[in-house]
Order: sequence, then C-alpha cells, then structure tokens
Amino acid sequence: MGKRLRIDQIHPLQDGQPAKQATSVLIANGQIVAMGAQAINATADQVIDGAGQWLLPGLIDLNCHLGEPGPDRRGTIATETLAAAKGGFTQVCAVPETSPVNDSGAVTHLILDLAAQQGQVRVLPVGALTRGLAGEMLSDMVGLMGAGCIALGNGGRALRDARVLRRCMAYAHTFGFTLFIQPENAVLAADGCAHDGALAARMGLPGIPAVAETTAVSEMLLLAEETGVRLHLGQLSCARSVQLVRAAKARGLAVTADVAMHHLVYTDQVITGFDGRFHVRPPIREESDRKALLAGVEEGTIDAICSQHRPQDQAAKQAPFAATEAGLSGLETTLSLGLRLVAQGQLSQGALLRALIPGPAAVLGQPLPQLAVGLPADAVLLRPDGQWTVSPQTLLSTGKQAPAMGETLPGVVSLTMVAGQIVYQQAD
Amino acid sequence: MATMADSNRQLQLTADGELKHFLSLEGLDRALLTRILDTADSFIEVGERSIKKVPLLRGRTLVNLFFEPSTRTRSTFELAAKRLSADVLNLDISTSATSKGETLSDTLLNLEAMASDMFVIRHAHSGAAHFIARDVTPGVAIINAGDGRHAHPTQAMLDMLTIRQHKGSFTGLKVGIVGDVQHSRVARSQIQALNILGAEEVRLIAPDTLLPTEPEAMGVRVFPRMEQGLKDLDVIIMLRLQRERMEGALLPSEREFYKLYGLTREKLALAHPKAIVMHPGPINRGVEIESEVADGPQSVILNQVTNGIAVRMAVMSMAMSGQLAERQQQAKAQQKAQQKVQGNG
Repeated sequence: MGKRLRIDQIHPLQDGQPAKQATSVLIANGQIVAMGAQAINATADQVIDGAGQWLLPGLIDLNCHLGEPGPDRRGTIATETLAAAKGGFTQVCAVPETSPVNDSGAVTHLILDLAAQQGQVRVLPVGALTRGLAGEMLSDMVGLMGAGCIALGNGGRALRDARVLRRCMAYAHTFGFTLFIQPENAVLAADGCAHDGALAARMGLPGIPAVAETTAVSEMLLLAEETGVRLHLGQLSCARSVQLVRAAKARGLAVTADVAMHHLVYTDQVITGFDGRFHVRPPIREESDRKALLAGVEEGTIDAICSQHRPQDQAAKQAPFAATEAGLSGLETTLSLGLRLVAQGQLSQGALLRALIPGPAAVLGQPLPQLAVGLPADAVLLRPDGQWTVSPQTLLSTGKQAPAMGETLPGVVSLTMVAGQIVYQQAD
Repeated sequence: MATMADSNRQLQLTADGELKHFLSLEGLDRALLTRILDTADSFIEVGERSIKKVPLLRGRTLVNLFFEPSTRTRSTFELAAKRLSADVLNLDISTSATSKGETLSDTLLNLEAMASDMFVIRHAHSGAAHFIARDVTPGVAIINAGDGRHAHPTQAMLDMLTIRQHKGSFTGLKVGIVGDVQHSRVARSQIQALNILGAEEVRLIAPDTLLPTEPEAMGVRVFPRMEQGLKDLDVIIMLRLQRERMEGALLPSEREFYKLYGLTREKLALAHPKAIVMHPGPINRGVEIESEVADGPQSVILNQVTNGIAVRMAVMSMAMSGQLAERQQQAKAQQKAQQKVQGNG
C-alpha cells in the first residue's frame, strides 16, 4: 500500500454545497479510501489540517489556452497547468488554436505527451473542427478523437461557410462527437474590437454588435437541430444568446453553453481609457447582458463557467487598443471572482459551484464528480474566507494581463490534488 | 469605476489643472476650452506681423509623427511650431520604421531618446495618442492630430474659434453636423466641444448607416431628413464623404447622397439667413457640398484653415508649459525627498 494522506476538519461538497459538519478524508493510491467516521482516526503518513476549509471535487475549465505548442513567452503547459492548479482546476480543455493548430493526431499526441511529462492537471485537448481552423475543409475528426481529443471546435475562429459548418456537424454526428463552438458571424463582427454600444461609439472604436453573436447562435442551433449533433456553445456574451439557448433547450435540443467569468463580472465600461487588458473576444458587453448571463447561470441555461484563459505578455497589450491582442489570464481568478459574486449576492453559491464542477463535467459526458470512497482523488482544498491580492507576483501564469489586478479577492486554494498527488500547495 | 471623463482629465492635465497633453476634449471644462480659444486669438495677431515668430518654444524639439498621410493638418502644425520658434522634425512613419517591423512603442522611445519635447501624432487606431501618453513617453507632451475615429481635438477647437469669431458666443447656438459622423473623428470632437462650450443644440443630420451607435448618448439630436434638420441652424458643418462608404454598402451612390444630404443653395436657404457653412476639408465639390455654397458668402471654410495655425500654437504652448511645470514639481519633490533622507541620516 502506498502513502496515506489524511485531511482533517474539512467540509466536503455534498449535494452541491459544502457540508456543515467537519470531517476527515483519507487518500491512498490515488483514491479516496475513507471518509467520515472511518477516516477521522485512521493512521496516515501525512496529515493536513483543513480546519474551516472546503474540499471540492476539482474544477473543470472548458476553455483554456495553454500556450503550447506555440511561442514560449505566452506560457507553456508546465506554467499554465500550474496556474490552473492554483486556480482550483484539475481538468482543463485546451483550445485548438495552438501553433501549429491542433488539427491532426500528431499535434494532439504532442500536447498529451507534454501534459503527461510536465502538466500538473489533466489536459483535455479540443481538436480543430476544420483543417487549420480555416473553415474550409473537414479535419481528420476520427483521427483527432482517436488520438485523445474530447471534442472538436472552431477555436474562436468564425465559420464563414454555412455549408461547411452543416457538413462538419453531420460528419461529427455520425460518430457521436461533441462540437465546441464559439459563435460569431465574422461578416458582422468585421474589424470590430469592442462591444458596439455607446461607449465604443464615443471612443471611436469599431464595434462588434450583439447580432454578430446572436445570428451565429441561431444558425448553429438550427443546423444542430437538423443534423442532430451534440452542440456546446462557448463564451456567450449577450442577453439574447441566453434567450436563444433557453428556447432551444426547452424544445429538447441537445445543446449546452458556457460563459467566461469576465463576462459575468464586468461591463464594457472597463475599456474606458483604452485599457487593452480587457480587449477580449467576444467583447464584454453591457450591464443588461451581464445580468442576463448571471441569470442564465443561476437557472442552468448556461451549464458552465470557463476561464477563457489566454496568457498574453506585456508586448501583446502594448499598442493602441484595436492593435492589442485579445485575451487575458483567467485561470487563477475565475473561482475567486465567482466567490466575490456570491458574496455580493449576484450569484448563488450553489449555481457557482455547479457551473464549475458538475456542469462542465456533464458537458464533457463525464460522470458526476463526487468525493466518495473508491473514486479518484481529484480534489481542491479551499479556504473560502481566505483572501489574496492579484498581482504580477502572485500570478503563476506567464501571462500577467489579468482582471482584478491589484484587487483583493476572496477564496484561497490551499491545495490541489490530481489522482491523489498534490500538484499545488500554497506556500505558508 | 473611473469614467471616460475622469480618466481623460487625469491623463492630460497636471495636478493644477494645466494642460500637459492634448488628446481629446472629453472631461475638459468650459474654462479651459475658452482659455485655448483666447490664447489662439492672441496668436492670430502674430500671423499678421511681418516677422511671424514668438520665442515660446525656442530650444524645444517637436516631432510631427504622421502614421497616416496628411497635408493640411501636418503643415499647419509645422507652421505653428515654427512660429513658436521650435525645432521641427517631420517623420513620415508609414514609410520608415514600422515597415521594418519596429513596434509603435519602440519608434516612440527612440525619438524620446533624441530629447524630443513634444510629439504631434496622427494614427489610424483610436486611442493611439492616449496609449503613447499613458504607457510610452509620459514625459513628452503629446498632441493628438487625429486617432482613428476617436478624436481630432485641434480641428474641433479651430472650428470653435471660427464659430466664435462669427457668432460671438456659443449661447443659444444651434449647430448641425451633416454626413458621415460614424467614421469621423472630427465630428466626435466637435460634438464634445460644442456641448462643453454650451451650444444650445447639436444636431446630426445623416442616414442611420452613417451614425454611430446610440448617437443620443453623445448629447445630440438626430435628424434623418436634412430639410427638417437645417431649420433655424446657425452653423452648418459638412463632413467629408469617403468613397469607400459606397463600397462598404453604407450608401447607394454619391448621386443619391448629394440629393438627400448635399448642401445646395436651396437647402441652405432653409437654415437661419445668417448661418455659416463649415467643412474640415478637403471638400468634395458636388458630393457633399455645391461649389457655389463652398465659395459663397456664408462659407467660412478658408477662415478655418487660417485659424488652424493659431489654435495649434495655443495648444502646443499650453501643453509645453504644463509639462515644464510638472517637471519642476517633480524635481522639487525629489529634492525634498533627498533632503529628508539626508536629514534622517
């Protein structure tokens, strides 16, 4: 028998909420071997005092850029999976817009090999839906899925040709694959770089109207309905998209959706003063959109909250707004920003935890993540009343362009384990 | 959260409220804009002397950085700087550094290293001047000579000077801006200037395709029909129509645009009889304005050009003195801090 780790005085997640009663958990050979009364006085090689802390099944991120393969300055699988572990994630879906694009089994193997050697958390690659993400030719979908991809996606690149999209869906449906689509009508989005509202108009920034997303959402839903493919819509940004997904679900369509945490926290006002850090795609929209997205998460129309992590170096943001690269680092702030929304009464604790744990698991077709005897110990120990300050020094991601910079946020991950191995532990 | 006005004030004014950059009119108050106009008025006289120079910027180096082509704006900035006795360097960046792969920041840092005191910048990206003032060379006075669709504050101020010369004040004035507001940095700055200076009403006269999103939020009334919009106007500002607008499917044809929104003698008769006609130039005769109107008695288009030099002299001298005041304050603060350290030691 291998080493036995006991964590005492923890409040494990039960039925969607941290248990009131403190208890212990015993972990050995990568699994939970005892919980509750059987664990409390069990002998162990290592004991951690978890007093006042929550023990959660590891969080799952459906949209994350790990920077690899690609230029090192944007981060590597080693650095970004460590950031994921610090953020409480034990599984991250790696987007296909790597360099080279993950459109072949060889690239997928490379990602999985790097993850096995250097990764701290489980890496689930999303393959490119079309070759080179160009939106013209089908990728080797069966080859990609065979190599270990968990879904196929457009990686935030627009699919201009509805006929190609329809065929992608039909082909994927043949084999029961799930599509991860970030919906955007490229023609309507054109050269836009910010939400097409009063603020962008005043700043003279070319706008991306909400209809650039909603017309794409409508198109995707209708095509998915016709082809029968399992569709997951990623990073919704506007109120009308939530309505469309709600209606599609109501008529029984196999569709799921996620939203990035920054779209739940901020409005387009954050780009005031041309702050390129908040140049993200889709753009952050208005308060009415933010409220509708929060309501969508609360009621479950939106199944998951993702980080939409895109590590960027300083140079990527050192330019006039439209010329900056889109994206910010989100892995380490997602859970904390969510807990702040809960503290502010904007989102319920149950909905937040659902959207970070069982919600994304269901999108991936995984069994309900649970803390139970006999299951792999993918878990996070969290001090919900702990606080930390976001700064370039506290962030482990290579990308230091993050939201809430300089702010003190609630929720400190003290330990993350994957299959019983501690992959991150907060320094004392 | 800081509003647009707050962040602009913070960036372009010293602690004492003096101008140190001139990036956009957002957040500036009526007193400051009036001071710019008054200073410009005093410089008009300089242009009428036989020796058209004052020594305000002697020994200072000004770099004209035009990332977009321009004849009129650049030459008036150059003339303005020379009348203030500055050393002027003109750089046509579109053909030099950036084509060799140098970033905007690096280009600017190199120029700063040559001990420049002021950059006049025109760039295709909205927010370029803000970016440079905030992140690249905060110790160099930045004058925005047009950034994307965002702002062209010196153009707006020379227009305000022209209006004040002809109308005396802004109180009770009704001003209409006609044409492609959506793509116009000039219009955005004019709307702000007119609202700050207290014009009674600012109207936009254009079809929906040429209007920005939620135009009313800018403090204007929208008139899709020119005949209605022109009624009682004291000032008519015509904007230049770019030919790309037809290709971008924003308008059917120049002919239809002229029919609906071109300023002809008949349409001009609908405005106040003493209305003045303005245009930032260069004008498209027969597209947005009839030749007879452009050259007619109500046109003040050439006054605008003359005023351009005076307004740019005003803004440059004010921003330079703001920068110098700030440098002095910083030096003093440093001295104090050093004395404190020595005192403690």
